[in-house]
This record gives sequence, C-alpha cells and structure tokens, in this order.
Amino acid sequence: MKNSFFMKNPSLLVFLGLLALFTLGVTLMSEAYGSGLVSTSFVKTLGKTLCLALVAIAMDLVWGYTGILSLGHFAFFGVGGYMIGMWLMYARTEIIVVNSMASAPIPPTASELSDAIGSQIFGVVGSSDFPAIWMFADSLVLQLFMVVLVPGLVALVFGWLAFRSRVTGVYLSILTQAMTLALSLYLFQNDSGLRGNNGLSGLQNLPGADNIPQSVISIWFLWGSALALALTYIATSFVVSGKFGSVIRGIRDDEARVRFLGYSVEGYKLFVFVLTAIMAAIGGALYYPQAGIINPAEIAPIASIYLAVWVAIGGRGRIYGAVIGAVVVSLVSTWFTGGQAPNINLGFYVVKWVDWWQVLLGLSFVLVTLFAPKGIGGLVDLFTGRLAPSRKGAPLGPDAGSLREEEAEK
Amino acid sequence: MSQLLEVSGISVSFDGFKAINNLSFSIGHAEMRAIIGPNGAGKTTFMDIVTGKTKPDEGSVLWGDLSRNLIGMNEAKIARIGIGRKFQRPTVFEDQSVFDNLMIAVRNDRSPLAVLFFRPKTKDNDKVHELASTIGLSQELMRKSGELSHGQKQWLEIGMLLAQDPKLLLVDEPAAGMTLGEREHTTDILKEAAKTRAVVVIEHDMEFIRRLDCKVTVLHEGSVLAEGALDHVTKNQDVIDVYLGR
Repeated sequence: MKNSFFMKNPSLLVFLGLLALFTLGVTLMSEAYGSGLVSTSFVKTLGKTLCLALVAIAMDLVWGYTGILSLGHFAFFGVGGYMIGMWLMYARTEIIVVNSMASAPIPPTASELSDAIGSQIFGVVGSSDFPAIWMFADSLVLQLFMVVLVPGLVALVFGWLAFRSRVTGVYLSILTQAMTLALSLYLFQNDSGLRGNNGLSGLQNLPGADNIPQSVISIWFLWGSALALALTYIATSFVVSGKFGSVIRGIRDDEARVRFLGYSVEGYKLFVFVLTAIMAAIGGALYYPQAGIINPAEIAPIASIYLAVWVAIGGRGRIYGAVIGAVVVSLVSTWFTGGQAPNINLGFYVVKWVDWWQVLLGLSFVLVTLFAPKGIGGLVDLFTGRLAPSRKGAPLGPDAGSLREEEAEK
Repeated sequence: MSQLLEVSGISVSFDGFKAINNLSFSIGHAEMRAIIGPNGAGKTTFMDIVTGKTKPDEGSVLWGDLSRNLIGMNEAKIARIGIGRKFQRPTVFEDQSVFDNLMIAVRNDRSPLAVLFFRPKTKDNDKVHELASTIGLSQELMRKSGELSHGQKQWLEIGMLLAQDPKLLLVDEPAAGMTLGEREHTTDILKEAAKTRAVVVIEHDMEFIRRLDCKVTVLHEGSVLAEGALDHVTKNQDVIDVYLGR
C-alpha cells in the first residue's frame, strides 16, 4: 500500500475531488441545468480555462520535469484547434448548403455540392477549391485522428532533428520559437488552405445541434474539458511517479550522468516532447469549439511564452502548480482585460488595467523568478512541511559532513 | 586470456593541442589499474574517448572477446555494453532519494516504454539494498542525495556504477575531498569490485594508490610514460622528473 499509485501522488485525489466539485458546482449554477447564477459566456470562459490548465500540465511535463524549455507548445495547442475546426466548419457548411440546394428543381450533383461548400468556406480568401489538407474534413473520426497525428508528427520530426544534434538550453528554446513563428506566418498566408488570417470561425455551432442552445453545449464542453484535464492529470502523475519520472528529472538535472548510465537521453526527450505535443493538441481541440474562432494569431510566439509564464508563476515541477498558474493567471487576465478592474486615477495619470495588465504580469513573472522560484504551488509546501533545508553557502568539506557554511553557523 | 579493452595508437587534438598522442593501453577482465600523471597529461580525455564522449582522430578502441570497435558508438550504447564511468566531481541526482538514484542505475531494459511501465521486482529491491550496504548508505536510502556529505555522494556514484553491473569501471579521482577513513572505505569498495571486473582508477594521491596495490600506468603529455608496479614506476627517472619531482 505504501507504494501504491495514489500514495505516491497525494495531490491526485485532492485535485480530482476539487475538479469534480468545481464542475458540479458550475453545472448547478449554470443557465441550462441550474440556477442561472453563472452566465453561459462565463461557463465557456471556465471551460476554456480548464483546457489552458491541460496545456499547462503538458508544459510542466516538458519543462518542469524534463528541463526542455519549449517555447512552442502553444503551437501544438493551436494545431489541435485547427484540426477539429476543419471538421466543425465543413460539416456545418455542408448542412447549410444541402438545405439551401434541396429546394432547387434539379438535385445537385456531388461535385456541385462540393464546389458550393468550397466557395462558402474559401470565398473569403478568393478561392473555392478544397486544398489537399481538407481531404479528411468530412469525417469526424478521421479528423479526430488528425488532432493527435498532425501535432504528433510535427513534434516528432522537429524533436528528432533538434535533439539528435544535441541542441539544448536557450538554443533549443529559440529553435522552438522559430518553429512557432514559421508556423504562424505560414497560416497567415491566404493560400495556406486554412483561410489565412480569417482563421476558422463559427466553431461554437456544433453541426446537427442547431436546436440545442449554447447554454447546454457550453456545459457539455465544460464536462468534456474537465474529463480531459482529469485524465491528463492522472496520466502525467503516472509518467512522473515511477522510474520514468526519475529518469526525466535526471535528464533535467544532469543530462550527461543519465547518458553515461546507458539511457538514450535523446530518445527520452523525444518521447516526452511528442507526448506533451499530443496533450497540448487535445487541449486545443477542446478549447477552440468553446472560443468559437481560431486564427493564426493564436499560434503567435507570444502565446507559447505566456504558457511558460503560467507554469513558472504556478510552480514548475509539480503538476498542480501548472494548473494553479494557468487558472490564476488566465482568470485574472480575463478580469483585468475585460474592463472589470477599476481604473486607478493617480491625478496626473490614469492607470488603465487593459493596458497595464501586461506590465503587471511581466513584473510578477520577474518577482516570482527572483524571490519565489517555487511559484504559487510552493505555498503548499508550507502545509505539508516538505520544506527543503536552505542550502546556501559553500560546502564545508568532509569533516562537517553535509552541512554547508550557513547551516553550520546556526 | 584475451584483454577486455584494447586501446591502440589513439591520438586526439583540440585546436592544435595534442591532448592524447599515440596512446596505447589495455586491461584484462578482472584487473585493477591506476592511472597517474600531472595535470593535462590526458587522463580525463582518455576516459572521454573510451566512453564515447570524444572521438579520437586516429587509433582504435576494441572491446571484449569479439573485439568490437567502440569508436562511433554513442555514450549510452557504450554504457549499456558494460562500461561505467564516475566523474571527477560527484554527480548524483541531488533532488532524488538515494534509493531512486540506485534504482535508476540498476541494470534493466533502458528503453523509454519499458521504463515507463517498469515496476521494481523483488530482485531489483534486493539489489538496491545490497548495493546500499556495500557503499555504506543503508541508513540513508530514503534521504535526498543532495543532503549527503561529499564522501557519501562519491560512494553513491560508485554504487550507481556497480548497479549497472559493468565489466569495466572507469573511476575519476574517487578520493578527492575525502577524509582518511572515507578513503579507506573507498579503497575497499574498489578492491572488492576489481575481483569480478576491470577497474581503472585515476588518482593523484599516491597513498591511495599504494593501498589499491595494483599495476600503475603513468601518463605524460598524452602518452604512456611508464607502466608497472608502483614501486617500479616511482623509481623511474622520467616519472620522477615530470611528476613526482614537482
């Protein structure tokens, strides 16, 4: 029992319990199933926040546990969103087009139908042909596979090239930023086949669910996001709790030692990189139907940097830290940028939080990095008594054992 | 009996500086060997070459009865075929417990999927406990290794090497920063290990080497200056000139 999975991950049961309570609570206060205290748009914000927590866990696994500061995981999140968005857009447009053509005297042929759908979707970028990447868009099952496969393959190829050449540290971060930038610039082009800077829109309307109100759909997505988050939490706990966790934390702390122990460091990094890319993509596939629109700006490099900021503020190297960081920062950000925060009138200058929030976020990132490297999650240590001894000062050498200067002076 | 490791005629230079110059070296299956030499003699570079960290410009490194060439293999693969290496500075995973440090090193399938679904069996746990008692850390198993003293970290790292069950152990300055008592314990661990496998020790401390009581190879400017029993090499005039005399 001492070594059971739950005993090794005491945060797991607490987290799952809180998540269940939260989801149930929101449902009971929603417009569709409860008192209507929480508006549908806020239910969507909460559902989206759960997806952001999911991608933050992926970031924590790749950065906090394995030590790869990837500044590109939000790109995988966006790609996941694009993949599900293609089906949503195609299927819904198809229904509309079929309905409007049904009244025509001559039934439309298959190619007429496809042309009509094409010009509906691609009209904004001056085209009506389906690009090759849309070939599976008519099938939900295939497109769901694409949610996992496309980001997985991109991560596999990119990671293989980068890790094989033993690119590490800040150079790898720059490389991942370059990948993200290249991807977003490519998607901005009108002939990328994904509607350029218009992106994919109307994703909140589920095909064939026109008579189900958004208030109900938003709750479905909240539950779906909560389930995905719970599964991600469990899976990540499993990955980091056993010997695999030992190895990846070893890679983070001393890559060479792991290599000389006979572990293929590159293989492990690639494994984690691809796994987390897939997690991020699943998060994105749940996020964008709630957001309703995805465009290339979502994939911009800054988004991936925010992701790192969330994890740093929440606390790296602990799964709940990533969740706390993502939830707190994104909800506070919604509050500040939504115009709800009162402006501060200094007499000579009015602090408008919509503009100054970014400065506040940047400042808190710097302060957390300098003074509280464990982040908000570190507060939990105060309760659990997991405080590590403060090990400042130089080692004293053999005679004073493991004590260091300042400890020995006490 | 054929040799376990045969290094012949290797040379390597960094930016024109010849760190290793036509060096040849060989060691048998269950043998202890000490390598001494002044700073910059190429001792650590020699280990880098054997373990695959540095590629030599010329020469060959042959391994085992099948005489496999190690040049061109990566570090992880060389480690898996049975060469364990201890670094000069003790490198253990300070954030993890002594138990986890040893468990990660115990010889088992190293592929990511096998490790992901790995659950320690009784023999793995027994192995960890046995190793912990060999290196004198049985009481410390659940402590974070970052809390250990310098000497204990050195032992833990040696324990991690033994856990890999290597045929050849390369140990870089194991006694650095140890007290006299700790040194004696270290000698015992290494001598015990050398009964069943080859052990190469790089060390500066002559007293330590005397206690190891083994054949000594003296390196100087990247090649072998002298080889033989400690008393034999310390009487060698060249060795006195370049190393002991200073």
